[in-house]
Amino acid sequence: MPDLSINFAGIKSPNPFWLASAPPTNSGYQVMKAFDAGWGGAVWKTLGVPVVNVSSRYGGVNYRDKRLIGFNNIELISDRPLVDNLREIEEVKKHFPHHAVIASLMVQSREEWHQIVRDVTNAGSDGIELNFGCPHGMCERGMGSAVGQEPDVLRTIVEWVMEVAQIPVIVKLTPNISDITEPARAAREGGADAISLINTIQSIVGVDLDLFAPYPIVDGKGTNGGYCGPAVKPIALNMVKNCAQDPHVQLPISGIGGIENWRDAVEHILLGASSVQICTAAMHFGFGIIREMTAGLEQYMTDKGFHTIYDMVGKALPNVKHWEDLNLKYKVTANIHEDKCIGCQLCYTACEDGAHQAIALREGTRVPEIIEENCVGCNLCSLVCPVENCITMDRTDDGTEHLTWKERTLAGTIPTDFNDERAGGLHHWVPEPTAALGKEKHKTLPGKARQLGHPAPTITDLLRKE
Amino acid sequence: MAEFMPPSSEQEFHANFAQLKPRMNNTEALYESSRCLFCFDAPCIKACPTGIDIPQFIRQINTGNVTGAALTIYEANYFGNACGKVCPTEVLCEGACVYNLQEVKPIEIGRLQSFATRQVIESHKYLFEPGQANGRKVAIIGAGPAGISCACELRALGYEVDIFEAKSQPSGLTVHGVAPYKITNEEVLAEMEYLQTQFGYRVQYNSPICSRPDLLALEEAYDAIFLGIGLGKTNALLLPGEERENCVGAVEFIEQLRREHHQILVGRKVIVLGGGNTAMDAASESARLGAEDVILAYRRSKEDMGAYDFEYDLAKSVGVKGLFNVAPVEIVGNGRVEGVKFIRTATVDGQVQAVPGSEFVEPCDMVIKATGQAKQTTFLSLILGLQLDSKGRIVADTHTYQTTNPQYFASGDALNGGAEVVNAAAEAKVAARGIHHYLSAR
Repeated sequence: MPDLSINFAGIKSPNPFWLASAPPTNSGYQVMKAFDAGWGGAVWKTLGVPVVNVSSRYGGVNYRDKRLIGFNNIELISDRPLVDNLREIEEVKKHFPHHAVIASLMVQSREEWHQIVRDVTNAGSDGIELNFGCPHGMCERGMGSAVGQEPDVLRTIVEWVMEVAQIPVIVKLTPNISDITEPARAAREGGADAISLINTIQSIVGVDLDLFAPYPIVDGKGTNGGYCGPAVKPIALNMVKNCAQDPHVQLPISGIGGIENWRDAVEHILLGASSVQICTAAMHFGFGIIREMTAGLEQYMTDKGFHTIYDMVGKALPNVKHWEDLNLKYKVTANIHEDKCIGCQLCYTACEDGAHQAIALREGTRVPEIIEENCVGCNLCSLVCPVENCITMDRTDDGTEHLTWKERTLAGTIPTDFNDERAGGLHHWVPEPTAALGKEKHKTLPGKARQLGHPAPTITDLLRKE
Repeated sequence: MAEFMPPSSEQEFHANFAQLKPRMNNTEALYESSRCLFCFDAPCIKACPTGIDIPQFIRQINTGNVTGAALTIYEANYFGNACGKVCPTEVLCEGACVYNLQEVKPIEIGRLQSFATRQVIESHKYLFEPGQANGRKVAIIGAGPAGISCACELRALGYEVDIFEAKSQPSGLTVHGVAPYKITNEEVLAEMEYLQTQFGYRVQYNSPICSRPDLLALEEAYDAIFLGIGLGKTNALLLPGEERENCVGAVEFIEQLRREHHQILVGRKVIVLGGGNTAMDAASESARLGAEDVILAYRRSKEDMGAYDFEYDLAKSVGVKGLFNVAPVEIVGNGRVEGVKFIRTATVDGQVQAVPGSEFVEPCDMVIKATGQAKQTTFLSLILGLQLDSKGRIVADTHTYQTTNPQYFASGDALNGGAEVVNAAAEAKVAARGIHHYLSAR
């Protein structure tokens, strides 16, 4: 049985799954319920001077029939008095001494920071998370992401906190910045014990087409919110990787962003996170999702022979390179397995219109055919194919050669002028532009036109002729 | 105990004849439309006789443009809702769906089609209007799928259109001949009203055209005449005892059922003669009307039946039993039907042969003959120069559906010998273009 427990910068937790600072951690009731369900830790809803919230706070992005692939909120930090929160933190810790309770904080002055850090420490918190990420509302008041976007300010505030902190301090970073490693380095310079990322992304999740207002709508108006949910995972993974690989950061990372199952969590871990935080998935499906996440993680670790989380933290990092270090000699070619093909021809139209015209149709069959000499191995066809393993990308080079852009640059063999003979696509066949005109029109015309012949006159055409 | 109790009220009738393709709600339509792969050169379009751009309308439903979806459907097929419900989609669009090859349930195209069209029908969202009047007039005989479709297309092209219908309601077999579990009278008629409101053709009901003088009057008053007359009564079997009470034709039985619903009387033990889709309908319907035993008797083997497999499966699912390789030789009884005398058959070299001495009587109190409909050859012989083929079908140019009498055009069952609503709808549109071409050239 693998050991899921972690010691994250001194914060101990029975497993790496923490609830992120958000509505699910608004109260002692919710945190206790989550711990009861199996969560390892919880970052309390951000404490500070209590706010007043609006009604209508969340907006969603649906994809076809799937709800909430993206989610945003315009809710602020805790609107409950600090004393109530502190009392409940104390109570939770009494019931769950071995679970991690981390207090998320957001205040302004040095005095306020000192005071609140002492308060939450006295309440029994295992750690502190500094909310430098909230991209809506609070940032207008000079807090949240307004701090995260200014490394110097961030460093100063971390220093204030470290002056009094007796428990580990995590700095939560905003992704609303061009280089995430700058605030991450500032956090380290300020003395922080760890970082967590990403906070939400500044967003408008949609516009009401009748009311002409952005979601969520508050009395006919809206504002930008913070975006999260499954759709943000790729952005989060990249930023986690950037911080994990930066030699000047070197801090434990709590990965946040788009995690809703064990796979998402493992991806964060493989890119350097050693704890993960989840919010949207718990808001969507409730605390019960923890069972699938712990079971999946355990199974994966068992299958891979990992005994502890630390056996896998950052395991993918050595394989995340700069583009210039990738092997230009590596070659894959698409291969359509005819026995599996159902003839939807999505690969054909995708390659034809969206890639390199390397798939052909044949008479008498709906199974398309790869034109190997045109295939650049881009993967597009295999990505659009709805049938599992129907299109595989098979290696066609013999694996003996290795040459990177960096090596070619050093060797002086890269294209340097506009019409350089060494252009990568110089000898790739492309059709004549005019070959596009009218191509396969009979296959893309609306149904009525097919029925009545091509070119099918519309009623308007017929009337005009008279 | 039979599967169904005889329905004694409209409510019980509707329960026994529950819709096979019930209406989708918004959520169901969203889920189902989300599954569409949006195939290139989609096989479903090619499988549809009217060539509806199916992936397009499904995508429109998925993006919340239901009105646009309905327009996509109606532009190709004026019987949009009717075809969504009564088409044998299992062998047309849904049968062609690529999901079948993956052993995944095909997209429920018919139900999605009805989802979109019923929404515009019920909200009175009109999508078409008549074209500018061109001063020409066309008479249409028969307000069935062919006649109505032709009328819509001609009105869009600016023709004045009068339809002459023998019965009191439009849509032909859609309302008179389709099994009630496929579509309700109300929704058929709602779609007819929806079309007529938009296109403004005139329909004269209870106005059969049956004599040479009737035709002469039309020939003089109209520039062209469209024949959408369908087929006639059930073919006679020419068997002794066929005249006995409770020996009825399937077409007549179904028409009465559609009109009278639960007030129709069905036998306790019914024998349906035939192996086509109409036979399956009549058998299913008898069972749903509460008949205790329903036997489907066919002179060849089960595999030889003309009916679609899913239609036979449907009949079996309501308790219909098959009796194969038997030919009726006499309807026995005393005034009323009391049974059918059959003789067993064997198929030798494709020919059905009676097995001598194998006669037996299967008792019953009702016989439904589903042995095909007669062609209306007597009426058609009144049209000068109109040629029929050896099977009694109207001969016409396949690009224009102009008959051998140039003033006459034809579509639907009278032309194709008996097919689906969708075939009539498709042909009639081509015929309307044919009429337009013919009259524009004059």
